[in-house]
Amino acid sequence: KQDKRIRVSQPLTRGPSAFIPEKEVVRANTVDERTNFLVEEYSTSGRLDNITQVMSLHTQYLESFLRSQFYMLRMDGPLPLPYRHYIAIMAAARHQCSYLINMHVDEFLKTGGIAEWLNGLEYVPQRLKNLNEINKLLAHRPWLITKEHIQKLVKTGENNWSLPELVHAVVLLAHYHALASFVFGSGINPERDPEISNGFRIISVNNFCVCDLANDNNIENASLTGNNFGIVDSLSELEALMERMKRLQEEREDEEASQEEMTTRFEKEKKESLFVVSGDTFHSFPHSDFEDDMIVTSDVSRYIEDPGFGYEDFARRGEEHLPTFRAQDYTWENHGFSLVNRLYSDIGHLLDEKFRMVYNLTYNTMATHEDVDTTTLRRALFNYVHCMFGIRYDDYDYGEVNQLLERSLKVYIKTVTCYPERTTKRMYDSYWRQFKHSEKVHVNLLLMEARMQAELLYALRAITRHLT
Amino acid sequence: MEKMSRVTTALGSSALTGRTMHCHLDAPANAISVCRDAAQVVVAGRSIFKIFAIEEEQFVEKLNLRVGRKPSLNLSCADVVWHQMDENLLATAATNGVVVTWNLGRPSRNKQDQLFTEHKRTVNKVCFHPTEAHVLLSGSQDGFMKCFDLRRKDSVSTFSGQSESVRDVQFSIRDYFTFASTFENGNVQLWDIRRPDRCERMFTAHNGPVFCCDWHPEDRGWLATGGRDKMVKVWDMTTHRAKEMHCVQTIASVARVKWRPECRHHLATCSMMVDHNIYVWDVRRPFVPAAMFEEHRDVTTGIAWRHPHDPSFLLSGSKDSTLCQHLFRDASQPVEHANPEGLCYGLFGDLAFAAKESLVAAESGRKPYTGDRRHPIFFKRKLDPAEPFSGLASSALSVFEIEPGGGSMSWFVDTAERYALTGRPLAELCDHNAKVARELGRNQVAQTWTMLRIIYCSSGLMPSANLNHSVGKGSSCGLPLMNSFNLKDMAPGLGSETRLDRSKGDTRSDTVLLDSSATLITNEDNEETEGSDVPTDYLLGDVEGEEDELYPLDPEHAHPEESEYVLPQEAFPLRHEIVDTPSGPEHLQDKADSPHVSGSEADAASLAPVDSSFSLLSISHALYDSRLPADFFSVLVCDMLRFYAEQGDVQMAVSVLIVLGERVRKDIDEQTQEHWYTSYIDLLQRFRLWNVSNQVVKLSTSQAVSCLNQASTTLHVNCSHCKRPMSSRGWVCDRCHRCASMCAVCHHVVKGLFVWCQGCSHGGHLQHIMKWLEGSTHCPAGCGHLCEYS
Repeated sequence: KQDKRIRVSQPLTRGPSAFIPEKEVVRANTVDERTNFLVEEYSTSGRLDNITQVMSLHTQYLESFLRSQFYMLRMDGPLPLPYRHYIAIMAAARHQCSYLINMHVDEFLKTGGIAEWLNGLEYVPQRLKNLNEINKLLAHRPWLITKEHIQKLVKTGENNWSLPELVHAVVLLAHYHALASFVFGSGINPERDPEISNGFRIISVNNFCVCDLANDNNIENASLTGNNFGIVDSLSELEALMERMKRLQEEREDEEASQEEMTTRFEKEKKESLFVVSGDTFHSFPHSDFEDDMIVTSDVSRYIEDPGFGYEDFARRGEEHLPTFRAQDYTWENHGFSLVNRLYSDIGHLLDEKFRMVYNLTYNTMATHEDVDTTTLRRALFNYVHCMFGIRYDDYDYGEVNQLLERSLKVYIKTVTCYPERTTKRMYDSYWRQFKHSEKVHVNLLLMEARMQAELLYALRAITRHLT
Repeated sequence: MEKMSRVTTALGSSALTGRTMHCHLDAPANAISVCRDAAQVVVAGRSIFKIFAIEEEQFVEKLNLRVGRKPSLNLSCADVVWHQMDENLLATAATNGVVVTWNLGRPSRNKQDQLFTEHKRTVNKVCFHPTEAHVLLSGSQDGFMKCFDLRRKDSVSTFSGQSESVRDVQFSIRDYFTFASTFENGNVQLWDIRRPDRCERMFTAHNGPVFCCDWHPEDRGWLATGGRDKMVKVWDMTTHRAKEMHCVQTIASVARVKWRPECRHHLATCSMMVDHNIYVWDVRRPFVPAAMFEEHRDVTTGIAWRHPHDPSFLLSGSKDSTLCQHLFRDASQPVEHANPEGLCYGLFGDLAFAAKESLVAAESGRKPYTGDRRHPIFFKRKLDPAEPFSGLASSALSVFEIEPGGGSMSWFVDTAERYALTGRPLAELCDHNAKVARELGRNQVAQTWTMLRIIYCSSGLMPSANLNHSVGKGSSCGLPLMNSFNLKDMAPGLGSETRLDRSKGDTRSDTVLLDSSATLITNEDNEETEGSDVPTDYLLGDVEGEEDELYPLDPEHAHPEESEYVLPQEAFPLRHEIVDTPSGPEHLQDKADSPHVSGSEADAASLAPVDSSFSLLSISHALYDSRLPADFFSVLVCDMLRFYAEQGDVQMAVSVLIVLGERVRKDIDEQTQEHWYTSYIDLLQRFRLWNVSNQVVKLSTSQAVSCLNQASTTLHVNCSHCKRPMSSRGWVCDRCHRCASMCAVCHHVVKGLFVWCQGCSHGGHLQHIMKWLEGSTHCPAGCGHLCEYS
């Protein structure tokens, strides 16, 4: 056990990500003046951190990402600067993302935050503590947020939140939950040079390394060693995927699916997402690892309450009978945007641009192939994430998800969006073997934004209901 | 044309009647549409699809089109439209991308007619051709518009907007082949139905999605569009380029827009979020809605005028599951509540005044503005009949000009600059101010100051009742300087001494009681005493003479006497001086965690206390003299102040108020004082007398006023290395971790006042630079520049 921990504390690979070889990222960086400019302009830490480096594989997106992040952390907004960073810490702590926590602990102190708060939640004002409930729900089961939660927070009293403040906080929470997904999903390494050691940094490295090593050690008992390891197999896999995409795009609906059929497909997808991971997690987390997990989280847990609260499958809660969220009834474009922009001006435009950017981003390539229309694939990814949060699009045939997303990819998606802290390099490697790393990062961006939008939709819908 | 005449006759035969009413639906509505007979309305939503008959007193459910055991998604409607030529024909747009037509003439229970499943995404809008029986148009989230011929199974043509999401499609009423479509990216396109290959015209109408559009029923080529950017715009499409003719700013994103029949400039809107009301706007009056319907409790999702030629009936459906009929005469009219007068000063002192014409006409006769006492300046009145809103409300604009030379305000500026408000004994202040006024030729004012001096300061005139105090008075008069130092030293220990001093105040009021209780206490009322007793600390200074006997008395004199104790109020302003002012410098020092505090900073920190002690002095000194006469004359003095304020000379009112301090303050209610202060400060700022205005703010006792100079006191600086704003501290950059402003002389970081040469941009601590430049003419940084310090 001891030696395992020693090995853990050194990053497995050099470079910004544990999953992606350094040269992949660096090669892209050296040529990119634009990235450096963006970092100068918008980075709050004043340097090129690992997240930015990995994201810079998609410069177009990076710009809108940094702009919106900079706006919510540094520009005019209802919340004081230290508050913003503390909220980011609280959000990241829900997923035990020590990378983001460390980053914001530093910034929290730099913006004049009270160091005592970093000792844990007992030391912060009641007002911030009140955010806990919504943080917890938003991170793991956003569909449970009701207008009562909002009412409780804005109810007049000593520690009440004004609506603009609350919206700001919600945007920050959603942003950092989603960013935690990206961090784990892309295996972001801890920053190499923690320049100030202020005692509040969390000393452990990211969890995924722990899992990683564990998996490498017991490679023989890992269940994921599928039989389709061969390159030939994965090549044909790719071909098949492209074939299916083409078919979906060209002749749509050869057989007219009935409405019942469509509904069942959605339900099926929901249900299936339930099995998708449970089996794997069991195997990829032998008991020894869980213990490790506990050790690691103890540092983080001072920022959260109720650490046992986690994602629960939307599909499983049949008995509670929560209605499916109909996407058409509360869309980001029509409703979410208007509300958010009204209460926290301009963030709406920035988020809107970011969502649009990520949804439309394409290079028309797939692995080695060029001139491919990836619209269906991107839409499947986006909608699959929303499906796991119980958001249904009337105009989408969930059968497509099944055809386009292979099982290992579903495992990965589910893990990254629902409990990112359990992501392993194995999961990352096991899907889409032929694809480039930049394409996998693209997938991560999609997952991250889809998750953020889902959380925002639930939270904003609750606020709207509170208002009416 | 043919259609029009037919409809008109329909209306002529039976004029519409009805009342404002609503009925409850089982589910939220997404859209509504009216049958051409104006007697039926269809409501569609995610789980509702019903036809209601509009009767005199109520809505009656006529038909439920949602049939079948398992409601399919085809019935989940995003939009519904009733054909304006055929009473039996309806079309709906489903959220799953299906376009369905319904034939009410079918004998079976299921009226569903045709199903078009060509769109891949949600269909946002369907629209029938206004005159052609079989042509249907749809616009979908997938960016395509499709034109269907109901006699065929498939679409006739497909129009690609080359962009995401079509939000609305509308056939032009006047041009047979034209239709308009609006897009999520803010564009509006015009198409010719015969040419699906490319649009006729495209322009960007809004910032963000354009949710809706509507063609004007009569004016050819007028198109109204509404967007997420909260605007309604009216475009003229007949010209070569689409021209924006009107723009109405609403308070929330615009979900629907519909022209009002028979009213050329009116249109109705409802919003997508937050705001639940329906507004009817006159586009020529874009700031105030002409009418407002406030029945709904949740956002309105569909609006329709009941009859194409009747402007008074509006139907609406809402997310709150109600269907409403609104009558125009029952609408609330915000215009009625608006203030129709406007007043504004011009750059050179001109005054413009706009009001309803009738008002101006009526009033100008009996109450000429020119001679109004309120304005000591002479105005020439010139009446410009302003450009009126045709037919709506006509207003008149009057412009008053300053008579050249005559209306100079220089006396105001001079007075403001030269008046002494504090820092000297009352008598001197009064004398000084009187002199200033006299020199400016304002004899009445000068006289007033002299009288004030006589009333409050001349000890010779004092009644003998106060004999035992005159001794103390004499001594304190002689020792102003000493007092000030005492006070300065005391300032930090303020908290601890409070109690002690209060009791001292008490004792003193006691002594007063002893000698002349009868006269004195009569008109002192004492609600305020409680509030002001705390700050009495500084009375210490002037009671010196009696100090020794007073100390021992402390314990005995507790609160019971408070209600009668008179004088401490005069110390009230001091509290503000000392408590509030230094907070700036203190704050600064807190932040300065390095030991190097430059000379200038130290000065800044100590400056305030010194200052305040002076003012203390003046008042504490005056305290003595004023005791008795204040009560005799205060009523008179207050009247005098009000008189000046009434006359428009708020300067005088405020100056006297400040100089006399507590002596008169209690007799004038807080609000009036605050009003005077704010008016005076406003005037001062308009004349750019920043220093004076700040002094006034500082000296004011009203909370609301004294906090004025504590707002936006932040100075934002950028780092000299990386050019980024420095957010947390003013001297260390968060990004490049370097100290931004170094002193060229001592090479330490400058945290307080920073002075630099505008030639070579080197600089440093104010003190250091001053010293350096006394001895040398070159820049201390050694750049060779010949710096100047002035």
